[in-house]
Amino acid sequence: MTPEEFNKIGETHRKKRKEYPQNINVCTAAACVSLQSESVKEAIEEEVKKQGREKTCRVSGTGCLGPCATGPLISINDGEALYAGVSVGDAPEIVKNIDKKPVSRLVVSPDSPFFTHQERVALEHCGNIDPESLNDYLALEGYEALYEVLTTMTPVEVIEVIVQSGLRGRGGGGYPTGLKWSTVEKAVGEKKFVICNADEGDPGAFMDRSMLESDPHSIVEGMAIAGYAVGASKGYVYIRGEYPLAIKRLRNAIKQAEKRDLLGKNICGTPFSFDIELRLGAGAFVCGEETALIASIEGRRGAPRSRPPYPAEYGLWGHPTLINNVETFANVSPIIRRGADFYAAIGAGKSKGTKVFALAGSIRNTGLIEVPMGISLREIVYEIGSGIVDDRKFKAVQTGGPSGGCIPEEYLDMPVDYESLAEAGSIMGSGGMIVMDETSCMVDVARYFMDFCRTESCGKCVPCRVGTAQMYNMLTNISTGKGTMHDLQLLEELCDVLKHTSLCGLGQTSANPVLSTIRFFRDEYTAHIRDKKCPAGVCTMEHENEVVS
Amino acid sequence: MNGNKIRYREFTMEQGQAAKESNRSSKSSPVSASERRRSAGRKGSKVAQKDKRRKLVDATMRRYGHSTYALIETLHTVQEAYGYLDDDNLKYVAHSLRVPLSKVYGVATFYHFFTLKPQGDHTAVVCTGTACYIKGVPAIMKAFKKNFDVEPGETTADGKLSLLTARCIGSCGLAPAMVYDGEIAGMQEPEDIVSKVRAMIRNGN
Repeated sequence: MTPEEFNKIGETHRKKRKEYPQNINVCTAAACVSLQSESVKEAIEEEVKKQGREKTCRVSGTGCLGPCATGPLISINDGEALYAGVSVGDAPEIVKNIDKKPVSRLVVSPDSPFFTHQERVALEHCGNIDPESLNDYLALEGYEALYEVLTTMTPVEVIEVIVQSGLRGRGGGGYPTGLKWSTVEKAVGEKKFVICNADEGDPGAFMDRSMLESDPHSIVEGMAIAGYAVGASKGYVYIRGEYPLAIKRLRNAIKQAEKRDLLGKNICGTPFSFDIELRLGAGAFVCGEETALIASIEGRRGAPRSRPPYPAEYGLWGHPTLINNVETFANVSPIIRRGADFYAAIGAGKSKGTKVFALAGSIRNTGLIEVPMGISLREIVYEIGSGIVDDRKFKAVQTGGPSGGCIPEEYLDMPVDYESLAEAGSIMGSGGMIVMDETSCMVDVARYFMDFCRTESCGKCVPCRVGTAQMYNMLTNISTGKGTMHDLQLLEELCDVLKHTSLCGLGQTSANPVLSTIRFFRDEYTAHIRDKKCPAGVCTMEHENEVVS
Repeated sequence: MNGNKIRYREFTMEQGQAAKESNRSSKSSPVSASERRRSAGRKGSKVAQKDKRRKLVDATMRRYGHSTYALIETLHTVQEAYGYLDDDNLKYVAHSLRVPLSKVYGVATFYHFFTLKPQGDHTAVVCTGTACYIKGVPAIMKAFKKNFDVEPGETTADGKLSLLTARCIGSCGLAPAMVYDGEIAGMQEPEDIVSKVRAMIRNGN
């Protein structure tokens, strides 16, 4: 394929998109679907037919539009207007006004802080394209980065661009992506593999899911570029079995790309070949850890092994393997297309670029957001999130899921980057951000996460297997008013043991929720122990039960 | 390991779909889903069903060249086709892939997605992700216990309802979320849930 031919494909699809002067994009990502957005879409399709506008108005399903709490969401004419809370009954009015003024009672202002404080790179196509259409993706510069890489760059040059961009692993660890790629590239091996970690296990996180559901081709493209850079010809996507829609859309994307010579043998007529295969996860949180993930792909129990050797040298079936998270791959093609400098200019300090967060909990605007690194937590909670529901008092933001911690009010002005979050006793994590107010009990939250870790521990190493169960028991005792101050001290000691002696990340970080809540909310622990009282009124104390009975 | 630990069965929308389909088919056949489940334990009733479902399982194994790596994928297919992993199929898969039965069992019990027990006619899944938890999962569990006498991971005595939990279904923006027979619903209050589940059980028969 010559560059002219390739450009022509994009041009054709751009023109095709313009054939319809009007378009209505209905969000069909999980949150809106759960608010019956699919029947809204059907109603609008019917209405378009009824009003005889089939030739000028295109109705399509699209990925996540952002403010999930106000769904179902509809975007008119590529973002000209955004409607929220649309119901089936609104269809006639929406279609009638498609070429006139937007229906004011449904409109969400694009000037609201929810949108103005965001910067979209990884999510650039989310909500603009039909995730099941390759043509839509091609119309918006899709696969141009892959073509450019294959025809004009050497693998080392590609890695150099990624290094320059300052991109770091978006799965939570924050390991420099360029460095990882170059290690795999340098590793000696006949075969190499690229794995996309889409086993989004953190409760309260839905970024990867939304990205796969909204823009699956960007992940496919990112993986192919990575494959070229490190010298791999086979890729695996390890995806949660609990995400049927994401699986379906990714399968569809892979098939479409194969048909158009954008995957498979001799991509775009170049000597480079790359295949992608899907592997379904089966519900084990520990499989987010890279060596456990590899074990699972190999068909075994997902138990991690000690590192080194790292997967970059000894990975899948013993071959050098590159493992990156969904969001990391989603950033690759924009970086190649727009240049490393563009990406490095966003963000602050050692954390470059943007980060996608899943905003949830006691906050007004829940949903999917992408913000530049270095933004303050206060901006996220009070500007983008528009504050706490029912004007209750803010208590903490939980980041990083079961491996992260709870960040209290005094840290709200701290910039969101890898280092600052670690300093506050939490981690960036994959991007779950749960806001808690005064009605949440921190002891109960710590107990919740410990219950999670104890259930998810694979059982291979003793500190994690026994430690998490013991910590859970102690936290249960404290939350039911049976704890002593000695328990609190033991708890801290046990956290320290787990942190330093567990085999993998699950055990090492499982102490974080406990440590951070003890550090910032010690008074709540002591209230439970000394006064036998839960300040938030969540925990039921033993003696209260006795009174009742 | 962790003998006293409760392993909550994980639920998926696919499972819900499968359960739904089996319900649909039960309407056309005179044998109800609960009867079929009871008869599943009896010997001989399976013979008539050396069926399409087994062929699906075979097809998956063939696709991966009967390599041992195909174990998890094959178990996925078994669960999709049969609704759960029964002993016969575990043995069959072990034999076909030449993996020791102990390893097959190890894998089947390690992953929450797989269930070794048949499901009830209907499934209600409570999302227990962080966002849902702080927005009222404990109250929802209490409502289930009070109204249906069922704990997470259990099926009611009459086999009509299975209560499952999911780690996180990714509808955190609409917490608390529920999945009724494969259909996700957000912003659920305990009272709505009880009436919805009642209606689901009633309409299913």
